[in-house]
Amino acid sequence: MSPNGNLIRELVEKHGRSRTSLMPILQGVVERQNYIADYDLTDIAKELDLSAAQVYGTATFYSFLDTVPRGKYIIRVCKTITCDMHGKKTIVQTLENMLKIKVGETTQNKKFTLLETNCLGWCHKSPAMLINDEPYTELTPERIHDIIADFMNKS
Amino acid sequence: MAELVQRVDLIFGEYSDEKYKVLEETLSRSNEDIIKDLLNSGLKGRGGAGFPTAMKWKYAAEQPVKEKYVVCNADEGEPGTFKDREILSKVPRKVFSGMAICAKVIGAKKGFIYLRGEYRFMLPALQVELKEFHVYAKKLKLDFTIEIKMGSGAYICGEESALFESMEGKRGEPRNKPPYPTVSGYLSKPTVINNVETFVNVVVICRIGPVQYRKLGTQDSRGSKVFSVSGDTPKPGIYELELGMPLVRFVEEFGDGDTKAVQVGGASGFCVPMKKFKDTIIGFEGVPTGGSMMIFNSSRSMYNVLHNYLGFFEEESCGQCTPCRVGCQQLKKGIEAVKRGDKPVVYLDQLMKLSETMKITAKCGLGQSVANSFSSIVNNFKEEMIY
Ligand SMILES: Cc1cc2nc3c(=O)[nH]c(=O)nc-3n(C[C@H](O)[C@H](O)[C@H](O)COP(=O)(O)O)c2cc1C
Ligand code: SF4
Ligand code: FES
Repeated sequence: MSPNGNLIRELVEKHGRSRTSLMPILQGVVERQNYIADYDLTDIAKELDLSAAQVYGTATFYSFLDTVPRGKYIIRVCKTITCDMHGKKTIVQTLENMLKIKVGETTQNKKFTLLETNCLGWCHKSPAMLINDEPYTELTPERIHDIIADFMNKS
Repeated sequence: MAELVQRVDLIFGEYSDEKYKVLEETLSRSNEDIIKDLLNSGLKGRGGAGFPTAMKWKYAAEQPVKEKYVVCNADEGEPGTFKDREILSKVPRKVFSGMAICAKVIGAKKGFIYLRGEYRFMLPALQVELKEFHVYAKKLKLDFTIEIKMGSGAYICGEESALFESMEGKRGEPRNKPPYPTVSGYLSKPTVINNVETFVNVVVICRIGPVQYRKLGTQDSRGSKVFSVSGDTPKPGIYELELGMPLVRFVEEFGDGDTKAVQVGGASGFCVPMKKFKDTIIGFEGVPTGGSMMIFNSSRSMYNVLHNYLGFFEEESCGQCTPCRVGCQQLKKGIEAVKRGDKPVVYLDQLMKLSETMKITAKCGLGQSVANSFSSIVNNFKEEMIY
């Protein structure tokens, strides 16, 4: 059994074994451990009686279903036009400086991953970003300092 | 200062005093009556394509199949759109009521809301509202439940058939059409899929009647519309306005005095330059929009705008068909090459032809509509593409 057998079984119990349960199960794994490991994919395939390729195909289609290790806090900065016009580049630079990583990377302590994403639906309060599920809007470098400092103090 | 555009308060207007009163009243009416009202109201879908809602419901109702579904499209991924989030946060009961009326009319027992992953933070509040809805549905003896399905960050899943694929646990790759969802949608069963705002409009029509509703808007664009206003504007935000107004009035109200272009309908919509503001109607007879209105002033490079849109399409293309998968990449590379001077200016004409080819050959609306922004920006701002 893989290291996560229990989590997978718990999710399967909750959502059921049909193919329509695949998305909620994959989302559940990401919610719990920030990414879906290879052994999770094969475990899920076994439980739902699907081929590993089918599960892998679905998982890798969606940008929020990460299949490589991610930090505890995933920061996704919007890079679409309105946020771009309103200072997204400075926001990303500020984050890169504070976290000492580049976009696409994860801090050594596995706490933060910095990513870019497409329009988040907060253009009227741009620039915007998500930290895990939570939106942060009308960002300025000062606000980024406060927000990230808060997260750095969190476990 | 006098208001230049007419504000409307139907979508976000207050609830009736008694909870789910409009739903209760509508449930006692005949299905034919409800469809007739929708038809007379002139309501067209608010997700962008503008299909008459009454016809969609009628087709689904006519299917001699027991298992049918109602799906609310809350994927809201078009750049510059953020009104469905506001509707679902402020007046969720109206959305549920609209779905329940649809369920009654077509004979469905199960409904889904497909909510984009970026809006997961809304889930707890929506679940509370849904719980209450289910209590009322039981009281009204309505055999209909609603479940929320989450997306996971893929714009293409707003396309209806990709959305069904996603709900079925598959990659969000659009299907061939026909068959249309009213014949074969979720799990290949007859399905009505409507935008969040469309369902609320149904409730508005059931409340005020089609005659009153038709007084708003123009011949081809009845009712009000919720606009998402962003970009170079002193008052970005969400506004419910009458449909069918000239763009020039919109710019006078929302521009910063230096507006050079408005992108109507998001990245997959059209870019309208200043000289055409006067002759452009916002609505189905002019430039249609799912609500996205992005305003650009003279300090903006339209090359950067187009480059950003093409990057968006390149990433969000599902990759299933070649014209779109390769076309989006080549259009982006192409304008970069012209900008650098590696390609002559006439190369833009070739790129324009490519975007036209995509319009004819791409499998779904994503690849088909790249030409909208591409040709409207390149044609109107050619010098910005070169220098
Ligand atoms: C690439 C693409 C993305 C779409 N995204 C959405 C969306 O986010 N929300 C939406 O309501 N419709 C979206 N649509 C339109 C839907 O396919 C469908 O036409 C709509 O949900 C029907 O509802 P309506 O008749 O109420 O407008 C999209 C279409 C395409 C081609
Ligand atoms: S047009 Fe683009 S998004 Fe649509 S099916 Fe083809 S590749 Fe996928
Ligand atoms: S452009 Fe960034 S939230 Fe829409």
